[in-house]
Amino acid sequence: MNWKSNTLTKFVNDANVRGVFFQVVLIAALVFFFFWLTDNTLTNLRNQGKSLGFAFLSGTAGFQISQTFGTWLFDYKVGTSTYLDVYFIGIANTLLVAVLGIVAATVIGFTLGIMRLSNNIVFRAFATTYIEMLRNIPILLQLFFWYFAVLRALPGKRNKLEIIPDLIGMNITGLYLPAPLPQEGFVYSVIAFTLAVLLTFGVSRYAKRVQARTGKITPVFLIGTALIIVIPLITFLATNSPLGWNLPEFKDTGPMLRRGYQAGSGMILVPELIAVWLALSLYTAAFIAEIVRAGILAVSKGQTEAASALGIRPNFTLRLVVIPQAMRVIIPPLTSQYLNITKNSSLAVAIAYPELVSVFAGTALNQVGKEIEMIFMMMMVYLTVSLITAAFMNWYNSRVKLVER
Amino acid sequence: MVSNGTRKQRHAATNNETAFIRKEDAPILPPPITSAGPAGWLYENMFASMLDYSTLGAAVKSILMAIFTAFVAYIFVGQVYGLLDFAIFSAVWQDPEEQKRQVCWTVEQGGKLPNGWHGACWPYIIAKTKFILYGAYPNESLWRVNSTYLLGAILLGWVMIDWLPYRKFVGAVLLTIYPIFATVMLTGGGFGLSQFSVGVNTILGLALISFGRAGKMGWITGPLLDLSKVAGVAGWFFIFFAAALVSVGLDFDLSKVDTRDWGGLLITLVVATTAIVVSLPLGILLALGRRSNLPVARTLSIIFIEFWRGVPLITVLFMASVMIPLFMPEGVNFDSLLRALIGVTLWQSAYMAEVIRGGLQAIDKGQYEGADAVGLSYWQSMRLIILPQALTRVLPGIVNTIISVFKDTSLVSIVGLFDLLGATQSTIADAAWSTPVQASTGYLVVALIFFVFCFGMSRYSMYIERKLDRGH
Repeated sequence: MNWKSNTLTKFVNDANVRGVFFQVVLIAALVFFFFWLTDNTLTNLRNQGKSLGFAFLSGTAGFQISQTFGTWLFDYKVGTSTYLDVYFIGIANTLLVAVLGIVAATVIGFTLGIMRLSNNIVFRAFATTYIEMLRNIPILLQLFFWYFAVLRALPGKRNKLEIIPDLIGMNITGLYLPAPLPQEGFVYSVIAFTLAVLLTFGVSRYAKRVQARTGKITPVFLIGTALIIVIPLITFLATNSPLGWNLPEFKDTGPMLRRGYQAGSGMILVPELIAVWLALSLYTAAFIAEIVRAGILAVSKGQTEAASALGIRPNFTLRLVVIPQAMRVIIPPLTSQYLNITKNSSLAVAIAYPELVSVFAGTALNQVGKEIEMIFMMMMVYLTVSLITAAFMNWYNSRVKLVER
Repeated sequence: MVSNGTRKQRHAATNNETAFIRKEDAPILPPPITSAGPAGWLYENMFASMLDYSTLGAAVKSILMAIFTAFVAYIFVGQVYGLLDFAIFSAVWQDPEEQKRQVCWTVEQGGKLPNGWHGACWPYIIAKTKFILYGAYPNESLWRVNSTYLLGAILLGWVMIDWLPYRKFVGAVLLTIYPIFATVMLTGGGFGLSQFSVGVNTILGLALISFGRAGKMGWITGPLLDLSKVAGVAGWFFIFFAAALVSVGLDFDLSKVDTRDWGGLLITLVVATTAIVVSLPLGILLALGRRSNLPVARTLSIIFIEFWRGVPLITVLFMASVMIPLFMPEGVNFDSLLRALIGVTLWQSAYMAEVIRGGLQAIDKGQYEGADAVGLSYWQSMRLIILPQALTRVLPGIVNTIISVFKDTSLVSIVGLFDLLGATQSTIADAAWSTPVQASTGYLVVALIFFVFCFGMSRYSMYIERKLDRGH
């Protein structure tokens, strides 16, 4: 009896046994939960007369999508384009806004972050005020502000606000820019550009090898810039400048209904895109500024002092000592801010910019009513982007990690 | 020459001829103008980078710096003045003749203000204050919302001010009794009493507590002893649940207010506090799960966390609003507030989990080993050793997460709830107040409210950070 209860006690108190028991319970609970969910869902779908499946994707979409990058890329036409096209248009527009936002937020964020560290009180006050203001106000509110309060106050459809006369102007329908019209032979310039970029990479690798062997520093930046500008330019001129411009055409005479910017002239950025872009980049820039500041402050002063003790010039100290170490601190949170931009671009649904959530989980979902499939497809896009970014971050972290000895 | 002279003097001094000995201190010279006083401060903080003209390059740099500084200062002052001018100097404050929108119209638009006027239209906000703060909540019941706010503020303040007594007890009240109180006050309670479920919960709770007591008294030995410890805790949960059921079930003779009538700041606060309060324990569990040795628990936590963190809140809210009705059995109907709450909370707990995991990882390995060495069980070592350290360490991070969820509650307006932003947005559509400055005025107010809350929280977090910083 005693022996028996003793083994039983031992068995029950064994951490491994407990672990296995706990996990079995967990799995059972989860299986039960998902079974319950699936059962409910299937019953509900049956009652609503719906079925599961992705066949709806080949159905034609019968709604308008405003002229944007995505509709241009996938040549959207009401009545012939399918819901799958709508899905891709949504993805393209989301990615467009994300990329634009990332570029702008990085530039503004680094500027503000460095300004906040400046000795100059004017820069510091300016940066601090902006960062604190933008950080503490919800991005959706900022988006509404740009869209409903600022862009709606622009001149109406028949008027314009010129930024560069005859070239760039805007009114309530959007920002009008000259559209590049590549003509025959332009492809050579593109090839030349690609070659120049590759060549620059080659030069930089070669320069590194030379420096490692002889200690001589090649001005890679200057050479690279020259290569990237000169080679495509020569090709461009040699092929007889094969690039035309389609200028935005504005009429302020003639019949009232025909006045204003003419359809099909120039390139238009819809106001929704501008609002999303402004809101995303300014809001995220405030966070990036704080990341940059923290990163630079994280490089201990001893590093700078040691560099000057070694006789390294201030310019090189910044480039070779401070920035590489700051970047190690900056890059991981910076990547997650980039991810935030991508995810926050979904807010554009609030002002009907045709990105993924808006066109696919909004308009298309209302028409087709395939909640489960469509929300699943939408989430997969964001999840994929997130996981790829996370994978990149892990790779980067393992690459720059301090090697501890 | 000079050095020669001094040498001679020194030589003379060694020969016992007193040359020159200073009898009094040298006069204290004023510090250089560039390092003291207001001028020094200005030099240090502004002109240091603009006054170097020693070489051509430095001169160009200084001049560029001066130009850029002037440019930034100009923009900054212009913007600050513009904001003040809009909000205060040029603003319309009163509407004595009850003209509504006309009071903020310029001559061009048919009003009295000079053309080109641009200022806030405060009468519009004054007229909409109730809607912006409470939504369509019935006027005669507003005292219920206000008393909920008041009690919440008192309890929270008590917990936050560190020299007050009984803070733990007040904290416990805030997390247990207060939510029930708030639910009853805000909804009106009276959901109906199911004697069966209250009875089952009470009996189950009492039974488990007695089992737990029995274990403590030493009446139970062997393998069941551990179970009795868990049972004792679980019993109190059932009793609490039964009490909650009774409280929301009883009819206190308060008029019922449907959550569809809630709105404005009320919704924002309800969503934010619920998400924060529920996501914290969930986040702790997930973080522990992700750090645990049990492969199943770890994998599930990772999947949960990465899934919710990988998708935007909007899609979560969309999912909650269209898919939860599909997931529930027939007849169960969640209102849209509850659906949004579920979505925001799940999403938030993933973020909370990652913050807390950071804290768990920062704890020295010796702490874990020490806890094991003194024979604490897993939960004991977490509760007594690890979590207190980990949570204090990441308190700033937790506050940051709270700030971000507070801001993110504004997204519920997209799925049709009238939160602070949604309610204001709908007042902007009101034609009775339609003026060109309507949107700007409304957004300014919402921005101010959000700013006060978020900025206040971030300052509190900095205060905590300084207080906890023991300087190593």
